[in-house]
Amino acid sequence: MHMADALLSPAVGGTMWAVTAGLIGYCSKKVKDEIDDQKIPLMGVLGAFIFAAQMINFTIPVTGSSGHLGGGMILSILLGPHIAFLTMASVLTVQALFFADGGLLALGCNIFNLGFFPCFIAYPLIYKKIVRQNATWQKAEKNILIGSLIAAILALQMGAFAVVLETVFSGVSELPFTTFLMLMLPIHLAIGIVEGITTAAVVLFIWKARPEILNAASSSAPIGNFSIRNVLVGVVAVTLITGGALSWFASSNPDGLEWAMFKTAAVEELEAPEGVHTSLSEIQEKTAFLPDYGFKVDESDKELNKESGKEESQSWPAVDSGTSVSGIIGGLLTLMAAVGIGFIFKRKKTNG
Amino acid sequence: MANLQSNLLDMFYMDTIASGETRLHNLDPRAKVMTTLIFVAAVVSFDKYEIAMLIPFFIYPAVMVAWAELPVVYLFKKMVVLMPFAFFIGMFNPVIDTDIILRVDFTDIVTRFIEVMRLVEINTVQDGIWLVEISGGWISFFSIMVRFFLTVGAALILISITGFDSVCVALQKFGVPKPFIVQLMFLYRYMFVLIDEASRMVRARSLRTFDSGSHMSFNLFIPMIGQLLLRTLDRAQRIHLAMCCRGFEGHINMVRKMNFGIHETLFVAVWSFIFIMFRLYNIPVQVGMLVTELFL
Amino acid sequence: MSHHIVQAENLHYTYPDGTVGLNEINFKIHHGESVALVGSNGAGKSTLLLHLIGSLISTKGNIRIGDYPLNRKNLKSVRRSVGMVFQDPDDQLFMPTVFDDVAFGPINLGLPESEVEQRVMQALETVGVSHLVKRSPHKLSGGEKRAVAIATVIATMPDILIMDEPSSNLDPASRRRLINLLKTFTHTKIIATHDLDMAIELCERTIILSNGKIAADGQTKELFQDERLLNMSGLEKPLTMQGCIVCSKQNFIC
Repeated sequence: MHMADALLSPAVGGTMWAVTAGLIGYCSKKVKDEIDDQKIPLMGVLGAFIFAAQMINFTIPVTGSSGHLGGGMILSILLGPHIAFLTMASVLTVQALFFADGGLLALGCNIFNLGFFPCFIAYPLIYKKIVRQNATWQKAEKNILIGSLIAAILALQMGAFAVVLETVFSGVSELPFTTFLMLMLPIHLAIGIVEGITTAAVVLFIWKARPEILNAASSSAPIGNFSIRNVLVGVVAVTLITGGALSWFASSNPDGLEWAMFKTAAVEELEAPEGVHTSLSEIQEKTAFLPDYGFKVDESDKELNKESGKEESQSWPAVDSGTSVSGIIGGLLTLMAAVGIGFIFKRKKTNG
Repeated sequence: MANLQSNLLDMFYMDTIASGETRLHNLDPRAKVMTTLIFVAAVVSFDKYEIAMLIPFFIYPAVMVAWAELPVVYLFKKMVVLMPFAFFIGMFNPVIDTDIILRVDFTDIVTRFIEVMRLVEINTVQDGIWLVEISGGWISFFSIMVRFFLTVGAALILISITGFDSVCVALQKFGVPKPFIVQLMFLYRYMFVLIDEASRMVRARSLRTFDSGSHMSFNLFIPMIGQLLLRTLDRAQRIHLAMCCRGFEGHINMVRKMNFGIHETLFVAVWSFIFIMFRLYNIPVQVGMLVTELFL
Repeated sequence: MSHHIVQAENLHYTYPDGTVGLNEINFKIHHGESVALVGSNGAGKSTLLLHLIGSLISTKGNIRIGDYPLNRKNLKSVRRSVGMVFQDPDDQLFMPTVFDDVAFGPINLGLPESEVEQRVMQALETVGVSHLVKRSPHKLSGGEKRAVAIATVIATMPDILIMDEPSSNLDPASRRRLINLLKTFTHTKIIATHDLDMAIELCERTIILSNGKIAADGQTKELFQDERLLNMSGLEKPLTMQGCIVCSKQNFIC
């Protein structure tokens, strides 16, 4: 799903833009220095291809609902991570400008959510590991399907997770973290499965028709040259620095940017106002210090509210923020993190 | 398929709008990009419960639409179509955030109105009879919607008065890396070609299938998209060949005359000033106070 | 001095999968000649053209353009004197505006900005589409695209002009404009085409390709009268030579 300006705070939007800008700069440099010039028209035309392909809806078998191709994985397979990232970024930019798709501030988030995870994580760490150059057709077929599925599912889960984080940290939407996550993850699991199968099907089609394309593509973007650790370290560094700087700025200027980790206790009920205009200006005053959101689950919110004498906020009825749900989600996240860290260390070992 | 065709026509139309010849269209793109970015920054920087101070910002899209003679209804429809995500997420706010933060007591105004109109003699006014209570959630929800229309509107307007290629050139002058700019330009150039190709393929296939589904079946989609991909790859090779025949050696250079003159400076300066004023001063409140003081 | 000669010496080309594309191709085209390259689909016309611009390297034999034998090292300098107009103008117009496209070649030649502008306007005027200079290519009609594509090529002032099916997909008026335009060009012209009527109008010489070999190489008017030769090569007489179907009593397909 695409982030929207309306749900973003400047701090989060700005941070994500800093990261995305850095990535675009990094990939552009790679393009300038390393690739052969044949890739330049190829990038452009493949971007147009993905753009057009995304407009074609097909019926998902069994469910009957409609789906469409995302493209991040296919681009990575055909172009390699850096070029694929730039291509996805360009597609999203055009969509943001022409199709009222989220907005300009959110573009930074969207490029990151939909470009970084498939190109720099799912493709090199998962797809490439599973799909090695294989002589036998049957084995390769299976590997391509499994590789695409796992890669796509994980890429989309991570992207969805990022959207949740960005929304929650922005504090504009009231959706609590767990609820939002529980909404996004299952949906994106389904989308990921569709994306994985579609990607695999297209790759297999290409391989049957013109195998030399895939051979050329994979050999020109060897994983040996690719240091994902550097990219990850860079991303984390930029995020921490910008995020930290912006939030420091925000906390000293409460009227401008918003950034709050917990609700403040100084909340009082509005006095009976004396007319429209007074109410409005009182809102002004009050909102300058109003808390934004709570990262913790509803239980702790209730505690704080009781202390300050505020009415108890309604908790989301359907969610039992008890152990079971949190446990499952926590487990998934830990697993993803573990897998990710595992890959990084494994690469470190083989390189060192 | 209707989807592709309509998208293609849509993009052609946007392109046509952008090639208008109003004075606004002819301004240097850098001025327009800068102003849009400042606008978006100002709008997004407001607190989540802010609605009043956002209202004046609508002056910008209103003026732009008028100056550039843009088709309002068309642009508005575009925004409404894509409202879903912000709407869907924002929708939860009223449900979750139910603390009343706004109590509007219309009693005074209504009483005065009735008196002025001499409808009825009012001796006692029941306290709280015209009291409206609005929760924070609704306020933030409306704020989200207002923000949506402002920010997305600004982006659409930018493209409508500047044209994609000019935006790219402006971005390049602002420091966006050349390879990315080239990529954007190529994408734009060929997306029309590819959407057209895709729509022809889709139409050919849909004419040969006889089921009544509105969407293509997956089994039909894959070979089709595969074919399109192969043709795209071939096209890329031909384009590269054409480029090499005209001396391409890895760098794309363009000659562009741009002029950031007095009109542009004024444009950016005046609008920035206005946005900053709107951001710092609560104009609706001032106006409201003025009006209510006059009459109450 | 070999003044802009295009010469093929014992040219052979075999595709990677083993099929023979070109077989023993020998010809010599002199400066200023106008040569039509005709043959049925798959006869090898496009393959031969790709060799002439250095996109394919022959498996045997060689090609000489002007003073240079064509090889990887001098490819760039050879390409300066050869301009190719592709079959699909969309492949050739890849820049944001018509101006950018026509300026692409001159800029790559290293010409100063003022001269680039001059070349662009001159080229556009020659093909008759100066008014399109600020347009985006995707908004042009087929005939306009074709004209601009030609402009992009002549802007670099090549000595040799190679064209792949230039009159395909053109409406009659555009086609007539194209033919009239090409008549004014003094470049050496090699035109691959199915449009035999255009070939007769424009090219005094014709090379007929059949199954990768040269079936005939001679005066256009003579070759096109040889019905047996034409039929063997998968062709038939151009319509202008088939007799008037209105006043003639003969069936126009003999």
